Amino acid sequence: MTSADRPTDRRPAGPGEQRGPSLLDTKRQWWGWLFLAPFTVVFVLFLLVPLAYAFWLSLHTKGIATGGESIFTGFANYARVFTDTDFLSGMARVGKFVLVMVPIQIGLAVTIALVLDTLATRLSRASRLLVFVPYAIPAVIGALMWGFLYSPRFGPATDVFGLVGLDAPDFLSRDLIFGSLVNIVTWQWVGYYMIIVYAALRAIDPTVYEAARLDGAGNWAIALRIKVPMIASSMVMIVVFALIGTLQFFTEPTVLRSVAQGAIPTTYTPNMYAYSMAFSYSQFNYASTIAFALGILVFIGSYLFLYATRKQSGLK
Amino acid sequence: MTTATTTQTSSRGADRRASRRAGRRAGGQHGPRRIGSHLFLLLAAVYFIVPLWWLVVGSTKTNSGLFVGSGGALWFNDEFALWDNVKELFTYQGGIYWTWMRNSFVYALAGGVGSTVLAVLAGYALAKYRFRGRNLYFSLLLGSVMVPLTALTIPTFVLLSQLGMINTMWAVVLPSLLSPIGVYLVRVYAVDAIPDEMLDAGRVDGAGELRLFSRVALPLLRPAFVTVLLLTTVATWNNFFLPLAVLRDPQLLPVTVGLNQWQGLSNAGAGGEQVWNLITTGALVSILPLIVAFLGLQKYWQGGLSLGSIK
Repeated sequence: MTSADRPTDRRPAGPGEQRGPSLLDTKRQWWGWLFLAPFTVVFVLFLLVPLAYAFWLSLHTKGIATGGESIFTGFANYARVFTDTDFLSGMARVGKFVLVMVPIQIGLAVTIALVLDTLATRLSRASRLLVFVPYAIPAVIGALMWGFLYSPRFGPATDVFGLVGLDAPDFLSRDLIFGSLVNIVTWQWVGYYMIIVYAALRAIDPTVYEAARLDGAGNWAIALRIKVPMIASSMVMIVVFALIGTLQFFTEPTVLRSVAQGAIPTTYTPNMYAYSMAFSYSQFNYASTIAFALGILVFIGSYLFLYATRKQSGLK
Repeated sequence: MTTATTTQTSSRGADRRASRRAGRRAGGQHGPRRIGSHLFLLLAAVYFIVPLWWLVVGSTKTNSGLFVGSGGALWFNDEFALWDNVKELFTYQGGIYWTWMRNSFVYALAGGVGSTVLAVLAGYALAKYRFRGRNLYFSLLLGSVMVPLTALTIPTFVLLSQLGMINTMWAVVLPSLLSPIGVYLVRVYAVDAIPDEMLDAGRVDGAGELRLFSRVALPLLRPAFVTVLLLTTVATWNNFFLPLAVLRDPQLLPVTVGLNQWQGLSNAGAGGEQVWNLITTGALVSILPLIVAFLGLQKYWQGGLSLGSIK
């Protein structure tokens, strides 16, 4: 994503720039800033300021112990958060979600895209749309629907399992809730990732396949040895999206909580923990510490991932 | 250099090329494998569509019909209550459902259009103007793409409450104007889509910078504009954490938060507060606009969603 290094930028300067900074260019510089100005205002007010403010809040403590005054406590909140078992277990849980959910989603999306890329039938076009439709459905509605489907009272599970004479498993129980959440998120996002991968596949020049076929490559070899490496940069991008999204996990477990209260505590994910600290306990300083700590971990995680895959993604 | 442009042309000529390619490929395909592929796609399509099918069926049932019905969970009951349910949406709690729907439209439209306009202006500036600090600005922007936006919700809430803006529409709309990823996408697209020569030629002819933007750049940026508009509108429409945090007045909620509240009440409450039939019907009605928009705008998003991912 560091397109400062993209080849386009290395192109020799046009005739206009070679003259050196003239009066005209200085004037034009101001136009650049002018076009940037509206976004910059929003960027400062709703990204940089909240970020700095969250950091400021995390360095202070306010409560009964401090007499309702906000006092500077340095990194005490961070010492607390990184030894807080609720935060740590929430982090471990979203880490586990990343390890399970991201490979499933990407694997399914790439498989469907590869299959679609070899077909041009009416069924393949229709299924491309059907697979994508869940992306157009808000996560809240998706979680509500799956909550109904999982429910022993409304859902079809009792009927379906009854057909073979079995008792339906309780998808909302403590043991199964993890898998049930993985299923909801997979259902929601695979279509979106599939469309990105599919578009990347369509952009490959088909003559490449002909050359491979002449060399004796079969369909599987073409898919795994040629197509997948050629779409590596798209795959890196969707993994980063999935990674950032999963670490912020909030909506689905929050919605399912009311139907599966025993299985999902308010500390289930770091974001849910921050929310309940802020809005149930009014501990805004500590909630900001949780949010900021989560933000740092997400940032480091995605940065490390992009660094590790810089060859595949073509980023430097 | 040509990547973004290639995607665009490929999406435009996709149909023709697809059929040509398919014809060529069909020769190399063997019967059984195509059956296997189709079977796999059919299974995938069923998986992705079953919850929606359940919702369509569920919205035709009465409150008690959802529990005990003649049709089971995945088929219609004898009693068809869809119209009654829709009518009840107009009367239950004074028709608050439609207020929620209106709010969702306002938030999605204001957040979507607003953030897209800002992103197009900023992306164009970063791609086509050379100024001091541009590379630093762009690095900062790329870093911010990796900042989880939900981490900003709580400090934003505290800031807005100090400004007395909590519980107003502004509290949802203003933070939604931020879309660093939108700026990034427009910037990547604009670098190739707008030739410098065209801008320079315009300048030689005496066109002002504003005129160059509106007459030369904007038409060329249309695919990026539509894509970012779609992404940001969907993001605002789907947003849950922010409105949940900054809104208390039921009259201001978007439909997502509102339906979630009905669900919570129905689970906790006694008979009178259980409105399962309204939740299913409300959910169905609320997803129709976006599904229709996506089906109608297919040719735009199919190529466009991959902007910036192809190098």
